[in-house]
Amino acid sequence: MRAAVIVSEPLRPGLGRWLATPRRGGLLVLALVIVLLPLLLRNSYFYEIAILVALNAIVCIGLNLLIGYAGQISLGHAGFFALGGYGSAILSAQHGWPSWLAMITSCAAVGLLAFVVGRPTLRLKGHYLAMATLGLGIIISIVLTTEDRLTGGPDGMAVPALSVFGWVLRGERTWYWVVAAALLLAVWLALNLIESPTGRALRALHGSEIAAQTLGVDSARFKLRVFVISAVFAAVAGALTAHYAGFITPAKSTFMHSVELVIMVVFGGMASIFGAVVGALVLTLLPQLLTVLEDYETMVFGAVLIATMIFFPQGIVPTLARWLASLKQGLRR
Amino acid sequence: MNGAWLQFIASGLTVGAIYALVALGFSIIYNASGAINFAQGEFVMIGGMSAVTFVGAGLPLWAAVPLAVLAAGGVGLLLEKLAIEPARRADTVTLIIITIGASLLLRGMAQVLWDKRVHPLPAFSGDKPLQLLGATVLPQSLWVLAGAALAVAGLSWFFGRTLFGKAMRATAFNPLAARLMGINTRQVLLASFGLAAMLGALAGVLVAPITFTSYDTGVMLGLKGFAAAMLGGLGSFPGAVLGGLLLGLVEGLGAGFVSSAYKDAIAFVIILAVLFFMPGGLLGARRSDRV
Repeated sequence: MRAAVIVSEPLRPGLGRWLATPRRGGLLVLALVIVLLPLLLRNSYFYEIAILVALNAIVCIGLNLLIGYAGQISLGHAGFFALGGYGSAILSAQHGWPSWLAMITSCAAVGLLAFVVGRPTLRLKGHYLAMATLGLGIIISIVLTTEDRLTGGPDGMAVPALSVFGWVLRGERTWYWVVAAALLLAVWLALNLIESPTGRALRALHGSEIAAQTLGVDSARFKLRVFVISAVFAAVAGALTAHYAGFITPAKSTFMHSVELVIMVVFGGMASIFGAVVGALVLTLLPQLLTVLEDYETMVFGAVLIATMIFFPQGIVPTLARWLASLKQGLRR
Repeated sequence: MNGAWLQFIASGLTVGAIYALVALGFSIIYNASGAINFAQGEFVMIGGMSAVTFVGAGLPLWAAVPLAVLAAGGVGLLLEKLAIEPARRADTVTLIIITIGASLLLRGMAQVLWDKRVHPLPAFSGDKPLQLLGATVLPQSLWVLAGAALAVAGLSWFFGRTLFGKAMRATAFNPLAARLMGINTRQVLLASFGLAAMLGALAGVLVAPITFTSYDTGVMLGLKGFAAAMLGGLGSFPGAVLGGLLLGLVEGLGAGFVSSAYKDAIAFVIILAVLFFMPGGLLGARRSDRV
């Protein structure tokens, strides 16, 4: 396992230095991409894909904090994602709550659930943690499928449109800007978190839990904190997805969906916030592109996944960043 | 004990024996590579589907079954050579993603090579149910139990009595020390994939006459096998068998007495409870980290 690198980047003068951190420069680039992207989005189908990418990216950013920075795997985050959506749907559709309040309540409830189950779960390590989170996800999925009077069962349920103080969110374009803002907020929060003392503690945990503990890092507390944060990120994305689509089914909570989310994180690059965004982008687009292959879709997707992990074992973004760095060094020489 | 109990126990043990075979595959590969092979369930599918194909081609059952198991073993070896070997130095998480990719690849290939329909396999010795102590048992259930018992006996002979089996155990215990003693650990990794694939395929062939088989049967059986391996303690062979049988029993009794919709949820709740109190599984190694 690699040791956590806490060394800051080399100092550069003036504006260049100010922009060179991912917290400012990277965020600026992402904001630019978001603002300019609508020039390329020719119809509502393209907008829909862009929205899906952004929503998946929000989940992946949270999950990457847990997997990439804290080094704790979760194979159950689709459960939190679906609970966020179902909670908001049930409160607003069946109890007449205003949808924005339903969404906040539902996400807070998921955070609370993650706090309660996270305590015993995060004491487990490695594959046992994978097993426990997988089990949690499957239990959530079974409950959502079986309690059909509340959730509509395997067929799913309709979700009312999201409205904030009477302003109803309609149309792909409106949703694009709302989801884009949420994505920027998520990236900004995550970047701030990993530069904070909590982030440094997490990276120390990833390097060596015992070493971190001897230095006074309360590992259980930090792991639990980031588990809850990642669950809330997933719940927010889940609630937004449900309100955007106007519909939610238990398919959102399955083991396969949890696995897809983890694949996005590892594919894009662990311990890289922008890696999570790239992973979400590639793995949301790829199935859309592969649908032309019809029956061969699953096969090709599996082959692409294997090949990528063999040639980019650290994920796309960190591997490319290293290539770029060595290229720069080669030019300077 | 009344008939209902016996009935649920009998059906639970049958499923449990299947889980145990799949769980053994997980533990064998974990011991050789330190990774979880999420393509393990696909070997179950390949076993069942190949047997159906061989029978369809006119082969007698006694020839189709071993052929199907061998075919799956070949797929396991190929998988190790083409996907795992090139990524030997990668992290465990990366290896896991590769096996997930492999499971999608195999499932996709099955979908193209065969089809998406459900296929029956004829039972090994007729469909006439037997009456045993008040419970009704399919003859195929006895085949499942006997087949699993035979496989476990064969494995304990292989790991306890043969040089290569001992080499595999040595590699699981300490790969570096094993290499220093002249054990070819790459061969061990290759063999473990072949062995795990054959065990999975055996499970697939044995259960196909009861549950039928299709291109996606491997998904749930793979998950249950993983759960059974963790319940018993990852890497422990007696643990895998115990975990599989227990998981099957819990499911059988849960489905019978509580709710068949919630049988899987009950199984996972119990596994979580066990792991919370015994974080290394029932028979897992009590390991301490060296600082």
